[in-house]
Amino acid sequence: MAELSMREGYGRALADYGKMNPKVVAVDVDTSASTLSHFFAREHPERFFNVGIAEPCAVDVGVGLALGGHIPFVNAFAALLALRSLEQIRTCVCYANTNVKLAASYAGLSDFKDGPTHFAMTDIANMRALPNMNIIVPCDAAQAAAFVPLVAELVGPVYLRINRGSTLPVYQPGSALQIGKGILHRQGIDLTIVAAGSMVGRALLAAQELDKDGIHARVVEIHTIKPLDGEILLDAAKETGAIVTAEEHVRAGGLGGAVSELLAETYPIPIERVGIRDEFCPTGRNIEGLLDACGLSVAEIIFAARKVKKMKPGGTEKQ
Amino acid sequence: MTELSYEQITSLEKIARSLRADSLRFIYGRGSGHPGGALSAAEILAVLYFHELRIDPQHPDWSERDRFILSKGHASAVLYAALARRGFFDKNELKNWGEVDCPHQGHPDRLKTPGVDMTSGILGHGVAVGVGLALAARMKKSPSRTYVLIGDGESQAGIVWEGAAAAAKYRLSNLVVILDLNDVQLDGPMHEIMPMDHMAQRWEACGWYVMQVNGHSVRQLVEGLDLAREIHDKPVCIIARTTKGKGVSFMENDSFWHGNVPSKEQLEQALLELGVEEEKNG
Repeated sequence: MAELSMREGYGRALADYGKMNPKVVAVDVDTSASTLSHFFAREHPERFFNVGIAEPCAVDVGVGLALGGHIPFVNAFAALLALRSLEQIRTCVCYANTNVKLAASYAGLSDFKDGPTHFAMTDIANMRALPNMNIIVPCDAAQAAAFVPLVAELVGPVYLRINRGSTLPVYQPGSALQIGKGILHRQGIDLTIVAAGSMVGRALLAAQELDKDGIHARVVEIHTIKPLDGEILLDAAKETGAIVTAEEHVRAGGLGGAVSELLAETYPIPIERVGIRDEFCPTGRNIEGLLDACGLSVAEIIFAARKVKKMKPGGTEKQ
Repeated sequence: MTELSYEQITSLEKIARSLRADSLRFIYGRGSGHPGGALSAAEILAVLYFHELRIDPQHPDWSERDRFILSKGHASAVLYAALARRGFFDKNELKNWGEVDCPHQGHPDRLKTPGVDMTSGILGHGVAVGVGLALAARMKKSPSRTYVLIGDGESQAGIVWEGAAAAAKYRLSNLVVILDLNDVQLDGPMHEIMPMDHMAQRWEACGWYVMQVNGHSVRQLVEGLDLAREIHDKPVCIIARTTKGKGVSFMENDSFWHGNVPSKEQLEQALLELGVEEEKNG
């Protein structure tokens, strides 16, 4: 059976959580059948507002709802939410510090069929630069669902990045999950692969492959890009001496940027960033093939892992 | 409908004059600001803060209060003048307006100035944010009403009309937009920069109940706001025809005074024309 899509995990969880928390409301922009906020709309029609194809308006309406004491989830395509509404997010959400939850759907390259106009590959960078913003990148449908209550109950702006389709399943429902706290998925001593979102599953596959060659990679998931879990990253840097980051986002300004900035200032070690090259990606036939074609394959992670290990002081590559 | 007494009218007019004077004093003291649009909105702010709004300066976060968004946030001086006079904070706090240790920002900041319901300054946000506030009040069955003051130049921003459409869709009769129509913007007359003709028809076509008043007549503003409360099936837009720089002869209808600061002599002249003397210790 196909894995649940991340958007469905999110959409159903929002509808369910809305039953428990009457403060939760949802705004959408004529994409509720895509973002799957329509599950919420069906359960709670009196708390659902569709403002049409007007992302800036959706964010500002969300701001007003938050000022009125509600917890609005503003649903839209990430490419539009993070770019067309960026000024609204900067001024009315982050600067005014309003309790708005931005549910950014079709994130990364996950809208593979619609192509580069619909890809959100700079959104983490756009959001990271904004004071007061919290950025959460779930790795799969189950984790996206588990984040819904946590996001709702965190007071302040949140950017929740939701993929259109399914990803390699990683998260065990019920296991520990805390905003701002990374997850150690696998121990290792030779290097650490730090991954977010759809790349967590791929990072674990890469670690398995590396293991066969005697390279023991630690795998750390960073679902909260901001605020960044410095502790788990510093431990990884000190204990394994090299890091590869992996994310469905351009290399500039995302997870790789955040980790590099932190470690450059606190504990410089070799780092390689696996991410989308500085170019626009093509349309794809399926997401897995598109990720592979855009520099996000398991082989890319393995290549980067070997490279950083070699760059470690006294490091030699085992074959 | 409220029948304003002669005394009430005189009192509101006097308040408007004092808001004008304080706006100019604040702007002069800071060496920066936007006098033209502050002066055009003085009666509107006077009527809102001293007649219309259900607010409590002792409890600025009272959840059932009416909300006001100064969407044309560059007119912050007149908002600060109104809030201080209404008792939300001491006017002396604005003596170092513009210094980094002054809490009151160049444009209104809801987290720093008591009584400011929404941060503003980037034009266009007020209507859509007001939609969210009005929806929230309706869901809570709260009597709270939301008032948004926008500029006519601001109306050139597309987000204004996105918000207008949403308000009409949800028939938000607890939302009132007041449009400060002074026909002057930063670069010159609005009808030259980017004409927004047929303003009333534009709002009507969006599904709003529209009325037009003289924005310098406190009586007409009060009557308009009273009538707005009688409209139960759509949001209300009150188009207030105003004069940019109103009350100071050399500032009126001159885009130079959108964002320039009077000299000491000009301030004294302005205060003389407004019929208020410079405060000796002001």
